[in-house]
Amino acid sequence: MERRHIDLPLGDLAARSLKAGDLLALSGPLFTARDAAHKRLTEALEQGLPLPVALQGQTIYYAGPCPAPPGQVIGSVGPTTSGRMDAYTPLLLQHGLRIMIGKGQRSPAVIAAMRLHGAVYLGATGGAGALLSQHVRSAEVVAYPDLGPEAIRRLVVVDFPVIVLIDSQGNSLYQSGPARYRLEG
Amino acid sequence: MREISVDLIRDSVARLCQDANILLPPDIQAALREAVKQETSPAGLAVLEDLLENAALAGKMHLPICQDTGMAVVFADIGQEVHITGGWFEDAVRLGVADGYTSGYLRPSVVSDPLLRQNTGDNTPPVIHTRIVPGDQLHLTVAPKGFGSENMSATRLLSPSEGRDGIRRFVLETVEKAGPNPCPPVVIGIGLGGTLEKAALLAKQALLLPAQSVNEQAHLADLERDLLQAVNRLGIGPGGLGGRVTALALHILAWPTHIAGLPVVLNMSCHATRHAEATL
Repeated sequence: MERRHIDLPLGDLAARSLKAGDLLALSGPLFTARDAAHKRLTEALEQGLPLPVALQGQTIYYAGPCPAPPGQVIGSVGPTTSGRMDAYTPLLLQHGLRIMIGKGQRSPAVIAAMRLHGAVYLGATGGAGALLSQHVRSAEVVAYPDLGPEAIRRLVVVDFPVIVLIDSQGNSLYQSGPARYRLEG
Repeated sequence: MREISVDLIRDSVARLCQDANILLPPDIQAALREAVKQETSPAGLAVLEDLLENAALAGKMHLPICQDTGMAVVFADIGQEVHITGGWFEDAVRLGVADGYTSGYLRPSVVSDPLLRQNTGDNTPPVIHTRIVPGDQLHLTVAPKGFGSENMSATRLLSPSEGRDGIRRFVLETVEKAGPNPCPPVVIGIGLGGTLEKAALLAKQALLLPAQSVNEQAHLADLERDLLQAVNRLGIGPGGLGGRVTALALHILAWPTHIAGLPVVLNMSCHATRHAEATL
């Protein structure tokens, strides 16, 4: 299957053109953030404080990497379960987040906010962290270093392989895919 | 009485933490290759091929299979003729986990308190299950458990009248609800009987069985087959993208239980059902 090459950050129109099931290869900068970082970003927004990273048009990869072994820029870095970020996601979408990369289901509230803001949810292969680490060219901690593996990192990726799980119209591969293979009885 | 030093225990635990996280066991690799033959979904096949390539790369480059290097679960079968010398057994296991994770560039994924949530920085403490067994050897199994799948596990205290059908309904409900979250294809461990905590422990131990193993009791072997087939008819498939292979293996461990009860626990694991063992 052919992958469409996409440069990050992605413009609004381009984000809206992506369809559930599309195979993509992403190149450019993105941020990693998971549970603890989402909690802090949300607390900052609720208190009217500036965010440590600008989210406008940006991509968040739900991931907490392993430490980089000598000679590597990063350790294994696969996606974590996105649903745990659902409670924080609509607010981040409201503040400009446009692409999320993770694995697993999203809540109806997140999908509604994605439709409203024209955002997309992409999937990387869960459990393939070693493989995915080979697509990372650089990694630096840019916020919340005290969170260790949960700190926000800025990664630059090259041909990072993903599939569109939920598009900006709310179509979900997690619904259409399994429905095709389900055997009744 | 045979003496085993805490230094040997610490060093063995450290090595097992790294082996378990970096080397995908041959039985799971064989199950993945078999899954490639069964899978008809193109998206599902692509996920299975990613996982096989990932395992090969992890071994070659000495990288963990998955960035979630888990909470370290350590099973120790301690022969009653063994005398542990030089310190306390649980300290040795804890130090071994800290050393194994730190020197192996494995992610520290443990917080010191479930509500305060401060990362301990060295993946300690582990969860330790000890048993006193006959003999003069000490058998260690390190089974790092990732939480993408752990979170999708479930417990139900069925009524005896619900029987086999009740177990089946519970298993299918749990797997269906988990959907893509536990990184299918999954390995499923089921604990049946005993008490609440015994069933949970059996479910965890069921995950340690070789992928191709079958229960020795005919009625449980039949239930394993039936449940695995039913799970794979759900269509969730590799990555949850749709397909024929949702689970690579399903194992049941059973224990006598109370006249009033039928406890069942499903412990979900991803394809990286990691464990490494050593006998001292």
